[in-house]
Amino acid sequence: MGQQVVNGLFLGSIYALFALGYTLVFGVLDILNLAHAAVFMLASFVALTLVGRFHLHILLAMPLAVLFAGFLGLLLERVAFRPLRARADSNISGLISSLAMATVFEAVALEVWGPNISRFPFGTVPETQLDLLGAVVSRLQLTIVAVAVLLFLVLTWLVKATRLGREVRAVAESPRAARILGVDVNRAIAAAFFISSALGGAAGVLFGLAFNSISPDMGRSVELKGLAVIILGGMGSMPGAVLAGFALGLTEVFVTAYLGASWRDAVSFTGLFLILVLRPRGLFGAAALREA
Amino acid sequence: MWDQLADLYATYQSTIAFIGINSLLALSVYTTLSCGQLALGNAGFSAIGAYAAALLTMQAHWPFPLAILAAVAVPAVVAVPLGLPVLRIRGIFLAIATIGFGEVVRLGLVNWDYVNGAQGIVAIPQKTELWMIYLAVAAALFVLARLRGSKWGFALEAIREDEPAARTMGIATTRYKLAMLVLGAALAGLAGGFEAHFTFMVAPNGFGFGRVVDMLVYAVVGGSQIYWGPVVGAAFLTLLPEILREVAPLVGIEPGPLRLLVNGLVLLAVILFLPNGMVSLPRRIAEWRAARVAARSAA
Amino acid sequence: MSPLLALDRVERAFGGVRAVDGAGFAVAPGQVHGLIGPNGAGKTTVINLISGLLAPTAGSIQLGDRPIHGLPPWQVAALGVARTFQNIRLFPDLSARDNVLVGQHLRRTPSLAARMLMLPSARTEEREARERAEALLTRVGLSERVHEHARHLSYGEQRRVEIARALASAPRLLLLDEPTAGMNPVEVQAVAQLIRRVAAEGQSVLLVEHNVRLVMDVCDTITVLCFGKVIAEGAPRTVAEDPAVIAAYLGNPK
Ligand SMILES: Nc1ncnc2c1ncn2[C@@H]1O[C@H](COP(=O)(O)OP(=O)(O)O)[C@@H](O)[C@H]1O
Ligand SMILES: [Mg+2]
Repeated sequence: MGQQVVNGLFLGSIYALFALGYTLVFGVLDILNLAHAAVFMLASFVALTLVGRFHLHILLAMPLAVLFAGFLGLLLERVAFRPLRARADSNISGLISSLAMATVFEAVALEVWGPNISRFPFGTVPETQLDLLGAVVSRLQLTIVAVAVLLFLVLTWLVKATRLGREVRAVAESPRAARILGVDVNRAIAAAFFISSALGGAAGVLFGLAFNSISPDMGRSVELKGLAVIILGGMGSMPGAVLAGFALGLTEVFVTAYLGASWRDAVSFTGLFLILVLRPRGLFGAAALREA
Repeated sequence: MWDQLADLYATYQSTIAFIGINSLLALSVYTTLSCGQLALGNAGFSAIGAYAAALLTMQAHWPFPLAILAAVAVPAVVAVPLGLPVLRIRGIFLAIATIGFGEVVRLGLVNWDYVNGAQGIVAIPQKTELWMIYLAVAAALFVLARLRGSKWGFALEAIREDEPAARTMGIATTRYKLAMLVLGAALAGLAGGFEAHFTFMVAPNGFGFGRVVDMLVYAVVGGSQIYWGPVVGAAFLTLLPEILREVAPLVGIEPGPLRLLVNGLVLLAVILFLPNGMVSLPRRIAEWRAARVAARSAA
Repeated sequence: MSPLLALDRVERAFGGVRAVDGAGFAVAPGQVHGLIGPNGAGKTTVINLISGLLAPTAGSIQLGDRPIHGLPPWQVAALGVARTFQNIRLFPDLSARDNVLVGQHLRRTPSLAARMLMLPSARTEEREARERAEALLTRVGLSERVHEHARHLSYGEQRRVEIARALASAPRLLLLDEPTAGMNPVEVQAVAQLIRRVAAEGQSVLLVEHNVRLVMDVCDTITVLCFGKVIAEGAPRTVAEDPAVIAAYLGNPK
């Protein structure tokens, strides 16, 4: 039981990180960035290459990979979103252009790293185990949760206390009003994409370390779960995404333990579907998002 | 001459069949797009149709035409209780809710032992003929063409352009949206029934998120403003991998990545430069020409 | 004569703001009824409440002897109410004529089977609908612009297409929300005449308008709204001289 909770929190912290980035862009632009999962995957590969090929320490490789993911976010914004911003159907066309970018990213990964599963070299993270209130916790799991928590704190500070964060929030509230107030809207949106993709990249590196299995299609497994998490948390709500990420992680671990692994996703998606039909603003969402 | 044609036909029979099947799937997404709704449950509907038809021919020994009717009817019936609550949700939320529905169907099949779970059903008798597929495509196009310009066609366009305004004109928008969802489910189910009896097998993973994304991409790349646009998109994107397989050795990229890369770039180019899809290309070229002529005569 | 439309103590709140606050008035058949008031008085909200786009938080709205509050817009429309929008809401990618064809939705009863089978009866029905639409566009002075996309029409032209689209359902009650905003004087004059003729044919008009001349010229009765409440009602002359009305307009200059 205690072990399940630990495993659930650990998985949940990765989902939360992933969804946090997803929901940030949604909150700002009302657009789903379907390339988020591809950024997640590419960052994981980049970290792997830095560790495996260039023999960097993981604690150095990870920030570099996260930075790389952030720049991918800037690229995405420039190529796939900014040109469409004026269009009436920008939330459908943005969905498709981001999908196109995801496809390109996946093609690049396939060409560079091949279709097979790659793994971090043995000993990238020390394999010591600790005993925590009766549950076995590996040093890796602890590191992952610690990194996730650190990133939540940094992000909260960034959004709440910095000028850039205030500008991003102003744009999320109303791009027009923000422009009148003198906010450089393009810059704020680009910043949101940078942060969003960096978080997605961090989630990817941690996911790669946690399961030690990296492949060009690894994003697929979190893509729809990320959607489930941001719906559950209320689209655009960052605390909601974190809570919902942990909720999903715990649910998955418990369903796997008591019903079997094959039911894990079925339960999650039935939940997602029911929530959308019964309570579209999400379990933790405050603002009603259904158009009047 | 005839022998060569027969050879060509034998080699590409499967591709030709899939152009038709994918056209039906693309049209199934188009039906809801035509009234402005992004509903993405069609992989689920297609799975329901495929499984229903396969079980009926294999377990109940129904004749194939009846099984195909069931592949149309069962998802259409399922779409009604799904649509009534779900169509109240708008925009991207509708898309996500329907994606959720599709995943629930897929995962339900994975966990259903009677149909072999993730392995799926195999050794389905091959009963689908090319003419059946293309007859269905033609029938679907005919119905959509007849709707266009009719009272109902205008109501759908009005809903797409401004739903609240359409409601004040006396258009019962929910009924129209539901009708289009049901029609889309029927087409998706039909495609599923054909596919199951063409490829000998069905498995849940053939009906995942990726599949419905493909359908949407066919419709948008071809052009979702006009009923035959999705067919153009489906034909082009189904043929593309075949062409790329021939081209891959020449450019020195593996066929797998090359296919993905070109797919992605084509999609990006269409969405950025041809918002109304490939079918608007001739008009766009004419516009570019006219602009160039105007610029030259001004100079 | 019993009124065609009657609002009784109608209230609509948005959060804390009571946009309409216990308003009541009645529109008689065949009359042009003006609804005026300073900006933010709640006029558009009243139109939205009548047409069913909003539901009142309290009070009742009757059309003939039927309560219509809480009905969805398409049912209200089916009972004979049509409207235009203050911020024009044409279908931008449809032609002027096709916009008016959409407006005929309730009047048309073609058979789906006939359409699918391309029977002559379907073709006749469609030709008649197109001819009616073109006649309506001619009536609002747009016979030259029938095939133009709505998005390419001038502001004044778009407003006139909206009026034609609303008339296309042959409504008992026509709701016009600032139909002449942005029009030149010649266009305004044409709209005034059109409104008088519509009323003369027995249809009622509820007219929200800022152009005082127009309101005085065409309205039989005027209701003045201020902060969601009715502050005056009566014939144009009496309302214009009402001190409460003058104070409302002077105290809240536009
Ligand atoms: N959908 C809405 N949400 C919140 N407030 C609204 C909404 N519609 C109108 N209001 C408010 O109600 C009041 C009346 O608005 P409106 O009916 O548009 O006035 P008018 O048409 O007389 O200028 C205004 O204070 C406006 O801000
Ligand atoms: Mg108004």
